[in-house]
Amino acid sequence: MEKRVVFRNPVLPYLLLAPQLIVTLVFFIWPAFQALKQSVLLEDPFGLRSRFVWLENFEYLFANAQYLDSLSITAVFSVSVAALALSVALYLAVQADRVVKAAAVYKTLLIWPYAVAPAVAGILWLLMFNPTLGILAYALRSLGYDWNHQVNGDQAMVLVVVAAAWKQISYNFLFFLAGMQAIPRSLIEAAAIDGAGPARRFWTIVFPLLTPTTFFLLVINIVYAFFDTFGIIHAVTQGGPAGATNILVYKVFNDGFIGLDLGGSAAQSVILMAIVIGLTVIQFRFIERKVHY
Amino acid sequence: MAGINLRGVVKAYGKTQVIHGVDCTIADGEFLVIVGPSGCGKSTLLRMIAGLEIITDGEISIGDRVVNDLEPAERDIAMVFQNYALYPHMTVYNNMAYGLKIRGLAKADIDTRVRKAAEILALDDDLLRRTPRQLSGGQRQRVAMGRAIVRQPSAFLFDEPLSNLDAKLRVQMRLEIKKLQQNLGITSVYVTHDQVEAMTLGHRLMVLNGGVVEQIGAPIELYEHPATLFVAGFIGSPAMNLLPARIGDGGDRVELSGGDSLALPPGRFAAHAGQTVTAGLRPEHFEIVTDDQSVARLAVDVVEQLGADTLVHGHFGNDRGSLTVRLNGTQNLQARQVLPMSVRPELIHLFDADSGRRLES
Repeated sequence: MEKRVVFRNPVLPYLLLAPQLIVTLVFFIWPAFQALKQSVLLEDPFGLRSRFVWLENFEYLFANAQYLDSLSITAVFSVSVAALALSVALYLAVQADRVVKAAAVYKTLLIWPYAVAPAVAGILWLLMFNPTLGILAYALRSLGYDWNHQVNGDQAMVLVVVAAAWKQISYNFLFFLAGMQAIPRSLIEAAAIDGAGPARRFWTIVFPLLTPTTFFLLVINIVYAFFDTFGIIHAVTQGGPAGATNILVYKVFNDGFIGLDLGGSAAQSVILMAIVIGLTVIQFRFIERKVHY
Repeated sequence: MAGINLRGVVKAYGKTQVIHGVDCTIADGEFLVIVGPSGCGKSTLLRMIAGLEIITDGEISIGDRVVNDLEPAERDIAMVFQNYALYPHMTVYNNMAYGLKIRGLAKADIDTRVRKAAEILALDDDLLRRTPRQLSGGQRQRVAMGRAIVRQPSAFLFDEPLSNLDAKLRVQMRLEIKKLQQNLGITSVYVTHDQVEAMTLGHRLMVLNGGVVEQIGAPIELYEHPATLFVAGFIGSPAMNLLPARIGDGGDRVELSGGDSLALPPGRFAAHAGQTVTAGLRPEHFEIVTDDQSVARLAVDVVEQLGADTLVHGHFGNDRGSLTVRLNGTQNLQARQVLPMSVRPELIHLFDADSGRRLES
C-alpha cells in the first residue's frame, strides 16, 4: 500500500523541501555550472580577463601526456583502494560476526578509523612509513626491503592506497557486518546440515546474499577514491614523486590553484564529473543485474 | 535408516542448565513428537540431535554411532526449520540439489533425486524454476520438505514446521507430513508446542516441561493415563479440569471443594484415604445424571454452542474455580441453571497435591 501525505497548504511542501534544494543548488549545481562555464574559457592568472576558447582546454588535456598518465594512475588507485578496502572489511566482518565475547568492544575499535580526518590519517601513515623516522619503514629495512616512497613511485602508490583504504575499511565493515547479521542463522545452519563447510557456506550462501551490500559499497568506494582521498594525497605525497600518485582530483587542485590554470582545471573537473557519472551508470546498469535483492 | 538414542542428555549455558538429563530411545522408523510449552527446551533438544548445539553432558547416538562430536553434516540427518530456511538466491531446484552437489553426486543422479522428490511433493516444473520468494507459504513448506527428502537421510528433524502456516493449511500439511513419514518410513523427530499436532502426528509423544521429561508414551496412553499434573493439563482440548479435592475417609469417594463428591472405583484408592489431592476431570467425560449417589451440581455460567458439541462453563457449589464441560450435540441450557453431573469412577484422575504425580491404586 502506498502512503501519501496530503498537504492542504500548497506552499508548505516546497518550504519543507527548500533546505535540501538550496544546499544542492548552492553547493552542487551552481559550482558544476561554474565549472562547465569555466572549462570553455581561458583566463589570465590574475583573473582580470577571460576569453572564450571553445573546447581548446579539453583538446590540450587529451594531448597532454601528464594528464593521460594521471588518468591511468587514478584508475589503478581507485580500483586498488576499493578492492583492498572491500576485501579487508569483508574479512574483518566475517571474523567479527563470529566473536561472542566482547563483540561490542571489537566492533567499536574497528569503527574508529572512520572518525579520523583524511589528512590526519595521511600524516599517521606518513610518519609510520617515513624513510628516516618511520617505524614500519625501519621494520621493512631490517627485513632487507628498502623503503623510500619519496623516490620510489610504486611505493608511494602503495602507501596512499593503504592509507586511503584503511580509512574506508571501517565504513565498509559496518555495512558488511549489518548485512551479515541480517542473514537468518537458520540459513547457515541449513547449509551446515546440507554438508557445506565454513568456506563453502560463505561463498555459496553468505556472499551471494551480501551482493546488494557489496554493490552499494563498490559504488561508494569508487566515488570515495576519486574525490575524498584528496586530503590523503595532499598530506602524504602531494602527487609525487614525479607525479606517480597524481590522481585526477589532486591534479585539478594542483593545476587550478597552484598552477593557476583555471580553464584547464575546470575542464578536468568536468571530465572527472563525466567519469563518475559514467561509472555509476555502468555499475547500476550492468552489475546490478547480477545482484540478488 | 537408524534409530536415535538419547542417554542422560544435558544442556547448560554457563551455569544455567536448560535440559536436565533426557533419556529416550527412538526406534527405527518411529515418529516421535516432542511437545511442550515455549521455553521448555524442546527446540534445544532437537538442535542437539542435529548438531547445532553442543551437548553438555550425556550421549546421543544415531544408528550405532555416537554423534556427540560429529558435525551436523556427518550425522546423516535432514532438518526442516520453522522459517523453512530456503536459500533465497537459488531456484527451488537448486535449493533441493544443494546438499547433493556438496556430496559430489553426479549431475544425472541429482536430477533423478530432485525430480522424484518433486513428484512426491507435487511440485511441478514451473515451480522448480522459481525462487523461494515467488512461492506461497505452503509451497515453501513443501520445498523445505523436498530438500530433506532428496538427501535420503537416516532421520528427519522437524522444528515447528507448521507454525508459520494458516490454520487450514496447517491441517492439510499435517496430514501430508504424516503420510510422507509413513511411506518413507524414516525415523523422525518433530518438535511442536501444539498438542493437537502432537497427538495426530506422533507414534509416541515426549512431553517436555522446563527441560525435564514429564512422560513419554503413545498419544492415547498420555491421554488416558497422564503421569503428572502437567501432562494432564497439557494433553487434551479443551484442557482437563483440575480441581482441589480430598479422598474421602473410606477411600471410595473424592470430595470436591464445592461440597459434592463423586464415587471412585471401589477399593482402588483405599490406601490414600483422607489424602489431599488434585482431581482431574476431562470435559468430555462429564454426563448429566439422575442418580444421587455420585453427583456434583454444576452451576452454569456460560454456554457455548459449537453445533457438534456444547461447551458449558460453570462451577461447583460455592467453589469459585471455573471448569469446562463438553456435552454431545446441541443442549438446551441456560446460564444460572444447576446441572447434576457425574464422571464414571474409572475416568477420574487423581494426582498427589504436592508432587503432582498420578496416584495409582
